[in-house]
Amino acid sequence: MPKDTGIGAATTRREDVRFLTGRGQYTDDIQTQGECAAVFARSTVANGKIKSIDTSAAAAMPGVLAIFTGEDFAEVGGNPAGWLINSRDGTPMHEPKRPVLAHGKVRHVGDAYAAVIAETVQQARDAVEAIEADIEELPAIVNMKDALAADHYVHDEIGTNQCFDWGWIEDNRAATDEAIKNAHHVTTLELVNNRLVPNAMEPRCSIGHYNPGTDEYILHTTSQNPHLTRLLISAFVMGIPENKLTVIAPDVGGGFGSKIYHYGEEALVLAAAKKLGRTVKWTADRTEAFLTDAHGRDHVTKIELALDEEGNFLAFRTETMANVGAYLSNFSTATPTFLHGTLMAGNYTVPLVYVNVKAVFTNTAPVDAYRGAGRPEATYSLERVIDKAAREIGMDPIELRRKNFVKPDQYPFASAAGLEYDSGNYDALMDQMEKVADKAGFEARRKESKAKGLLRGFGVNAYIEACGIAPSNLVGVLGSRVGLYDAATVRVNATGNLSVMVGAHSHGQGHETVFPQVVGEMLGIDPQSIDIVHGDTSKIPFGMGTYGSRSLAVCGSAVVRATEKIINKAKKIAAHMLEASDADIELKDGVFSVAGTDKSVSFGEVALKAYIPHNFPLEDIEPGLEETAFYDPANFTYPSGAYCCEVEVDPETGKVRVDRMTAVDDFGNVINPMVVTGQVHGGLGQGIGQALVENTTYDEDGQLLSASYMDYTMPRADDLPFYIVDHSKGNPCTHNPLGVKGCGEAGAIGSPPTVVNAVIDALQSGGKNVTHIDMPMTSHRVWSAMNNA
Amino acid sequence: MYAFDIERPASVADAVAALGTEDAQALGGGQTLIPTLKQRLAAPSRLVSLSGVTEMQGVASEAGNIRIGGATTHATVASQVGGTYPALADLAANIGDPAVRNRGTIGGSLANNDPAACYPAAALGSGATIITNKRQIAADDYFQGMFTTALEEGEIITAVSFPVPEKANYQKFVQPASRFALVGVFVAKYSDGVRVAVTGASNEGVHRWSAAEEALSGNFSADAIADLSVSADDLINDLHGSAEYRAHLVKVMTGRAVAAAM
Ligand SMILES: Cc1cc2nc3c(=O)[nH]c(=O)nc-3n(C[C@H](O)[C@H](O)[C@H](O)COP(=O)(O)OP(=O)(O)OC[C@H]3O[C@@H](n4cnc5c(N)ncnc54)[C@H](O)[C@@H]3O)c2cc1C
Repeated sequence: MPKDTGIGAATTRREDVRFLTGRGQYTDDIQTQGECAAVFARSTVANGKIKSIDTSAAAAMPGVLAIFTGEDFAEVGGNPAGWLINSRDGTPMHEPKRPVLAHGKVRHVGDAYAAVIAETVQQARDAVEAIEADIEELPAIVNMKDALAADHYVHDEIGTNQCFDWGWIEDNRAATDEAIKNAHHVTTLELVNNRLVPNAMEPRCSIGHYNPGTDEYILHTTSQNPHLTRLLISAFVMGIPENKLTVIAPDVGGGFGSKIYHYGEEALVLAAAKKLGRTVKWTADRTEAFLTDAHGRDHVTKIELALDEEGNFLAFRTETMANVGAYLSNFSTATPTFLHGTLMAGNYTVPLVYVNVKAVFTNTAPVDAYRGAGRPEATYSLERVIDKAAREIGMDPIELRRKNFVKPDQYPFASAAGLEYDSGNYDALMDQMEKVADKAGFEARRKESKAKGLLRGFGVNAYIEACGIAPSNLVGVLGSRVGLYDAATVRVNATGNLSVMVGAHSHGQGHETVFPQVVGEMLGIDPQSIDIVHGDTSKIPFGMGTYGSRSLAVCGSAVVRATEKIINKAKKIAAHMLEASDADIELKDGVFSVAGTDKSVSFGEVALKAYIPHNFPLEDIEPGLEETAFYDPANFTYPSGAYCCEVEVDPETGKVRVDRMTAVDDFGNVINPMVVTGQVHGGLGQGIGQALVENTTYDEDGQLLSASYMDYTMPRADDLPFYIVDHSKGNPCTHNPLGVKGCGEAGAIGSPPTVVNAVIDALQSGGKNVTHIDMPMTSHRVWSAMNNA
Repeated sequence: MYAFDIERPASVADAVAALGTEDAQALGGGQTLIPTLKQRLAAPSRLVSLSGVTEMQGVASEAGNIRIGGATTHATVASQVGGTYPALADLAANIGDPAVRNRGTIGGSLANNDPAACYPAAALGSGATIITNKRQIAADDYFQGMFTTALEEGEIITAVSFPVPEKANYQKFVQPASRFALVGVFVAKYSDGVRVAVTGASNEGVHRWSAAEEALSGNFSADAIADLSVSADDLINDLHGSAEYRAHLVKVMTGRAVAAAM
């Protein structure tokens, strides 16, 4: 029977009351007396030499308080990359300085080279227009292939546009080459994983505040991880001691990765606040969001799959060029490498995997992790080449996958790409998918489509991903410069309600609802009496924030550990109150009782006692009831899934309509099925968007052609079908206390190849010899492919 | 946005007078103009709002024509014209989203003459008459290339008069991001012949497809155009579709419009 509270209950999201009634507090909603406005002067050319910047006319304009240029930050540090990647030859990656404001050169359209602080936004905008910048336009480096061949560079001091040339697993390279050379059959596919603009509903916004009396700074900012932002600003960019800097990320309207990173605008508002002794606010407009939020994906890949006569996979070999844009954003070097290469064995027992990734600087916006981050790229390459192979060798695509699946008795399973999968059952997911998607009814639906003049296709996909992004030990080996644990403090207040301070940050995920379900279940009390505190470094323990589907698996585990400590201490207090021994105290439904007796005290009585410790055995028990735990798991978590999709293609126009989309996922245990379903829905929307419509286009001069919603297509409700979502076949994670795996990115990882496979199936069913179409499969592209076939 | 003054005249005469001042510009529903101002791409010193001019509002039927005031919103056309000219009502009902339809006006759309806009196809495809404060302009003379019309400085579209056809239909194949027309085709059958107007496709803006008109005037069925082809010369080639694709869509959408006409 479904529960109505605690773990497993589909509780509605308590934060939605605030969000849906306009009572959210987003950064831009915060208004401070005496606040002034920052507006940035941004490059209109993709590559240019800054010859001079004359701010004198601008400085004399009404309301202008200060103007900053790159010169002002020449002495401070740069914004670093969080992962050090070594090239195949052992040399470290090239890591150019990323300054607060461009200095010497501008490197992409939108690169900020000056900032005006004025009394009002209008005045600041006017003054920005009056800045006379003499920027000599240089030839733009846009295309990755050209970039690698070019004799001029995004960063002159590096002398190459290649950031690194990484191999994984380098020791398998020769054996993989050999296996491919000798294989019975090799399927080859060249594909593009299209660049995406993150498009969070709330644009970035930062407010800098400085108190000269205490020398303390406060930064309100749109962040997914306020402690990481503070660490970067303190330790690398500005040198403000952490005890003098509070970073607060209040309600944040979506991030999808783009708000993980520290951006120069955050440093600028802090520097300006100090200089002026005023609160300084900057809010991005939508154009700035398009031009400067870290974009996602952008890989150009060649993948080969070697098979034997029976269809057993022998090896996957991948060569990828990954665009990192003009500067290294914080996770940009991890995304195409360890979040991608390590997944290139997929759900399969393939013995050999080799991945080569060349990261390339271009005069485009920085590219970094975006919902799924590397795993969508891996899944897309694998699941497309497997589908192509199935057609080439004449085997059913589901059978070919099943034949090569890791089987349930093989866990823990060491994949050929270097990960240890802890649990799963891919055949069971496939069975469930075929059932809930009514695969058996497909042929009948195909006939109906045909009667309407439409081609119906069925596409399938199996994915595995690594999330719950942590183990510090493992990511440290892989090049991470930070730890990826998380932390929680559970504070029981005197009257029995709880505040739970967490390092994770909720910007759409529903933590305020889900974490109390866990704590409430453990304590046997109403989750409504428990509140989550997040986003404020002065209130929460030093956690690492939310991305990589890590909140519940990592921070939730810290919450469990802290709650266990609370239970232990509360039992001691109860034992004291009941004059019994701790070992005899039992907790059930919020009541502590002495085993085998009717003596008991309620949770609330224990809480009160903790703070009114009259007659307390102070030598054994401290007053108070508050515990902190840091949690660092033993491994990633490995959600997996079987997806399918049915599309209808209009052969006259090339228009694709997704008719049915089924996602069967193994997320391990599920705390709130409604929240999980919502996360899957969002991910599917983004994945279908990537597959069909989202197209980030730079022209050869490095101008972003798709810089507004007039040209960048976001998927809309009528582009999307009703989804069939099933997470009933979970296999608990074996190494975290909740047995959970992480569900935030799965939909965006699993859906793109599913959709593409379905379109190819539709076209082939119509007699078109089309084997691949690059995403987004716009009507135009599908029509062109049909006509060239 | 730059600062500007705004005036709200109640009559066409007052509006024309207000537009006589330097750097003044008419404001219809603002669905094109306001985003342009926000981007600081235009700097009128004075906006003259036409929304309070009652004589420019509303829909009236007169002797085989339907007359729509220049400041009438798309939503009003969508809800009030369906009985007399369903193809026109459908077209209006599929412009933008509810907010755009509740603000945007037919006069603003025709004055702007965006090469991918819908109303220009209806006006040209119906052989409508554009009525201004000064004169009456036949649609064939009015549209003069993308974003270019016969309107003179300060001239206001006060109404548009559409001859009601026997049958008509508008097929819009949307540009997926903006949902304007990647290619839109308006087909209208009158007793004296068929008119076919194409929007979204051409560097020259909205235009008639005369070969199709001829073929359809003889035989109003999709088969009649089966042997025609559309040249890709001078068609728009952009990130949403090549000239060849647009040429192909012109024919497909024309066939579908004929089949759907009622
Ligand atoms: C999100 C969105 C989606 C849209 N989708 C579509 C679509 O699918 N199809 C489509 O056709 N259009 C679409 N539009 C455009 C919409 O129809 C606009 O309403 C129209 O283009 C302009 O009309 P307006 O009344 O808003 O004019 P305004 O924006 O106020 O003015 C536009 C221009 O016309 C002038 N002007 C306004 N009224 C008059 C008049 N009576 N006489 C002379 N000059 C005048 C103004 O001075 C200005 O130069 C869309 C707009 C938006 C914002």
